[in-house]
Amino acid sequence: MIRDITIGQYYPTDSVIHRLDPRTKLVWTLAYIFSLFLFRSFASYVVATVLLVTVIKISKVPFKFMVKGMKAVVILLLITVVFNLFLIPGTTLVQIWKLRITYEGLNTAVFMALRLTYLIIGSSVMTLTTTPNQLTDGMEKGLAPLNKIHVPVHDVAMMMSIALRFIPILLEETDKIMKAQMARGADFESGNLITKAKNMIPLLVPLFISAFRRANDLAMAMEARGYYGGEGRTKMRPLVYQKNDRIAYAILPVYLIAMFAAKKIVGI
Amino acid sequence: MSIKLEHINYIYGEETAYEKHALKDINLEIPDGQFVGIIGHTGSGKSTLIQHLNGLIKATSGVIYYNGENIYAEGYSMKELRSHVGLVFQYPEYQLFEADVLSDVCFGPKNLGLSEEEVKMRSLEALHQVGLKEKYYDKSPFDLSGGQKRRVAIAGILAMHPEVLILDEPTAGLDPKGRDDILDQIAKLHKERGITVILVSHSMEDVAKYVDRIIVMDHGCMKFDGEPKKVFEHYKELESIGLSAPQVTYVMQDLKEKGFDVDVHAITVEEAKQSILQVFGMKVKKNGSEENV
Repeated sequence: MIRDITIGQYYPTDSVIHRLDPRTKLVWTLAYIFSLFLFRSFASYVVATVLLVTVIKISKVPFKFMVKGMKAVVILLLITVVFNLFLIPGTTLVQIWKLRITYEGLNTAVFMALRLTYLIIGSSVMTLTTTPNQLTDGMEKGLAPLNKIHVPVHDVAMMMSIALRFIPILLEETDKIMKAQMARGADFESGNLITKAKNMIPLLVPLFISAFRRANDLAMAMEARGYYGGEGRTKMRPLVYQKNDRIAYAILPVYLIAMFAAKKIVGI
Repeated sequence: MSIKLEHINYIYGEETAYEKHALKDINLEIPDGQFVGIIGHTGSGKSTLIQHLNGLIKATSGVIYYNGENIYAEGYSMKELRSHVGLVFQYPEYQLFEADVLSDVCFGPKNLGLSEEEVKMRSLEALHQVGLKEKYYDKSPFDLSGGQKRRVAIAGILAMHPEVLILDEPTAGLDPKGRDDILDQIAKLHKERGITVILVSHSMEDVAKYVDRIIVMDHGCMKFDGEPKKVFEHYKELESIGLSAPQVTYVMQDLKEKGFDVDVHAITVEEAKQSILQVFGMKVKKNGSEENV
């Protein structure tokens, strides 16, 4: 039941995108997100669509998986669209009773919807093709210069990777605890909000206890293996840019110029 | 009055990269009052199988009948099914949450909507049945030892008066004495209450001593199903799927190979002893003098 949540969960397969350096993917994702905000024109969005579809094709991750992540934000998406559609003043297109759809409203609503969708799918391409560990490795190395101004980059990266690592474990544990309590007749679904919250106690208490126990065990196990922070720590697989990464970086300006040109030339 | 499974298939994470066919066409009938052992290596599907029996997992395909009723039929109350088929999970930590032992055991019967006195009566009775001393009743369940926690967890289910009691590895992580105590307690319950008991384990030794029937799971399939003696005849195949027969089976098989006419079906130490003594008793008589072998 709870296992079905798959937003951005790593999808193990072998593709060019999977093999890229995590730093490359991080930079690309950030650039992609910025480009969506920077170039607000239909022509540019066509370029962005072409890129997104191509990358998804190369990544060999089934399209179904990308869309699955969207399910969680459908409500948010709908609210945004509805608000933009009806509340932005301008030239009236359609009027039903007191509700007015303006040209400007429609324009903004469509862009908002597209932007949100692309944002989520774009970033899930990264998380679907990069293991959490690679991702934090990439961040650690990418942000390493910040060490000079005393930002504890390694520690933050380590905490992040542990937190990410524990999400599936805790989800699975929640599932097991729910089942154990359901076997004793617990009910997590019916009742009003207050009863529901009260019914969560048999789930939350064992979950917290187990989380604390796990954290404790992990800290001990890390110390037992001589972990004392990032100083002088080497990597088993140091991140090194390969030929594909250089190609990816070379495509990035081309993409940005294409977005810019599309907006300037076509104009809408 | 029985549990019947027909063509049960279960697939984890269907249509994802993590897809796993955990149960493959399981057909099974467990009559009332039987003491069944389900055995298999880690990941063989035994835990998945038992979670089907009280409706915690819905089969991908296939039908389960409890007392002749299809549990997947519309309007069938899963809550009611779970009050008849009690399942104790492997880790008591997954279900203990109350401030004291007695309240924790009360959680199950309370959910059945019984009166307060009835709840308390059943809980005390259940705690007594699992052999937990009274001085622990008002202690925090988290302060107990592993064996005691497990007893509380079992009592939590027993207090619901199930007709079928399923135990998922009730002895994992216990010392030999704790293991024997718990299994003896369960065997006693089986006898006294006449309830059906399904014991999941990967230890043949544990199971051989108590059960009437063994089901061996391997990669989601039922490999063997029958009386312990019959199942242990296949000890070589059991080894090939990462299990083993009880150690006495090996001793008896070796003796048989060496030419002693012992009963290879002996599965407990006691039975083996009887059989060996019998053989020697006859030998002594034949030779008319004491022989030291």
